[in-house]
Amino acid sequence: MAQNIDVQEAAAHCTLLRADLLRMLNAAGSGHPGGSLSCLDILYVLYNHVMKQDPKNPKWDGRDRFVLSKGHVNPALYVVLADLGYFPKSELMTLRKFGSILQGHPYMHKTPGLDVSSGSLGQGLSVAAGMAAAAKADGKPNRVYAMMGDGEQEEGEIWEAAMSAAHFKLDNLCGIVDHNHLQIDGNVEDVMNIEPIADKWRAFGWNVIGIDGHDYAQILDAFEKAQECKGKPTVIIAETVKGKGVSFMENQAGWHGAAPNDEQLKQALKELGQEG
Amino acid sequence: MKNVKLTFDLDNPSMKPSRDGYGDGLNDAAAKNPNVVAIGADITASTRVDWFVKEHPDSFYDLGIAEQNQMAFAAGMSLMGKVPFVCNYGVFLAGRAWDQIRTTVCYNNLNVKLGGAHGGISVGPDGATHQALEEISIMRCLPNMKVIVPADSWETRKATRAVAELDGPYYVRFGREKVPEITDESTPFEVGKAYCVQDGTDVALIACGVMVYHSMLAARELAKEGISAMVVNCHTIKPIDREAIVEAAKKTGAVVTAEEHQLMGGMGSAVSEVLSTEYPVPMQMVGVQDRFGQSGDPDELMNAYGLNAEEICKAAKRAIAMKK
Repeated sequence: MAQNIDVQEAAAHCTLLRADLLRMLNAAGSGHPGGSLSCLDILYVLYNHVMKQDPKNPKWDGRDRFVLSKGHVNPALYVVLADLGYFPKSELMTLRKFGSILQGHPYMHKTPGLDVSSGSLGQGLSVAAGMAAAAKADGKPNRVYAMMGDGEQEEGEIWEAAMSAAHFKLDNLCGIVDHNHLQIDGNVEDVMNIEPIADKWRAFGWNVIGIDGHDYAQILDAFEKAQECKGKPTVIIAETVKGKGVSFMENQAGWHGAAPNDEQLKQALKELGQEG
Repeated sequence: MKNVKLTFDLDNPSMKPSRDGYGDGLNDAAAKNPNVVAIGADITASTRVDWFVKEHPDSFYDLGIAEQNQMAFAAGMSLMGKVPFVCNYGVFLAGRAWDQIRTTVCYNNLNVKLGGAHGGISVGPDGATHQALEEISIMRCLPNMKVIVPADSWETRKATRAVAELDGPYYVRFGREKVPEITDESTPFEVGKAYCVQDGTDVALIACGVMVYHSMLAARELAKEGISAMVVNCHTIKPIDREAIVEAAKKTGAVVTAEEHQLMGGMGSAVSEVLSTEYPVPMQMVGVQDRFGQSGDPDELMNAYGLNAEEICKAAKRAIAMKK
């Protein structure tokens, strides 16, 4: 039974979040816009329509857990968390600065709403699997979500974790692959081909759902299907566009780890209709 | 520093592998706290985790031969309130999963307990690949990590119990082979507190693991030559007992460290870091000298790599000579 999502409202909201994200990266002077923009729509739906949580009580035991395995795209998570009120929006402009609650990669002990720190790729799915196993052992209803990159699929630990999650039948675990097809050195297919990625996950015993990662209805539907799937974990392979929403960033590997300067920010905000 | 009288027979000690203490300690910990879980990696029996599995089958997770996932999976369980004991051979536990330990366990200061089996060269015939000689260095350099190297089976059991009740990451190292059981149930054990097992005035022998026993043998030999040696069991390498080390140095004016580990970065290094900054005295270090192990009988290897009373005696005399 698909929950309704107002697609236009979601799109409008995510445009605001994209503008915040670019402003914070511009202020930081460094960071990772490409992958942040590619996974933002998914994070928005997940946090606003799927996960059980209480922004006023970030450590609430009954909350669902989220692991940002591709930790470098934390600007996307930070704007979503700030938007929900986990911390004041004014903090966004302190990203990556000395003393900030928003570290260059997620640090759980500084940022309200983070369930675990991350940044060294490949570890997040293991952490999420451990969380899911613990919840299951205690008969708790918590669900656990882990966002991975497509380049990150090259990490061996991902497949160790995939094997174990299927082995322990962790149907309370849902992985997401932000399949934007680019990593620092270029096309994922050229750097180290991960295809056929859906077949790999299927072969590892997972329920695999493929979606357009910028289609809000498809995103929500996939999370609901994941929740309904019993006996095995689900992975959502989301086809996305790196740099989504900013014409000069889209599908450009160079925007993996470079912040927009003032001029570029201005142009980007103009495209988003958020100038000024 | 506390004086502790050990009552075992120095010439004919009863022998037991320290890993036995780990198996018993896990069961002790689980009896007190139902959130204790064990996270294995296919070597359940040789690490004595099978003793835990027998009593708590539902609290055991075998992650197979996948150390990185084993470590980060345990980290995830700890974030949900479990107290995971991750057990593996020290080489693979500390080495293969070092990044997971650093960034996921230690950076987050998670309540994950590492059990490093098959510590030291005394692993024997398996050879260099399986002889953990570097874990103390690569664990103690990590913020938030604490490191304990118990002297025998009873001390391993007590250390395992203790870390279950302390918050944050701990590394407890134990061995495969039978070693002299120098402590017993009643011997006091406190994490972070070294204790003196024999008083002396000319030199302090500061040791951990099985080298405590060898240091006691060395002290007896030194006494025959009129040298009075203090012997300190420095089971906790981090946080190191600075007070006890300075006290030993002040009283004797010369220090020898002895460990079944590389000299670089190990317990001896930790002691020298304390003494060089707080109370410099002549110092000598007994340990493995920047080389890999090899196959052989445990005793044969210990002697070949200079991990015995004879080498400790020589080192003691060198340290004393440096006083002048």
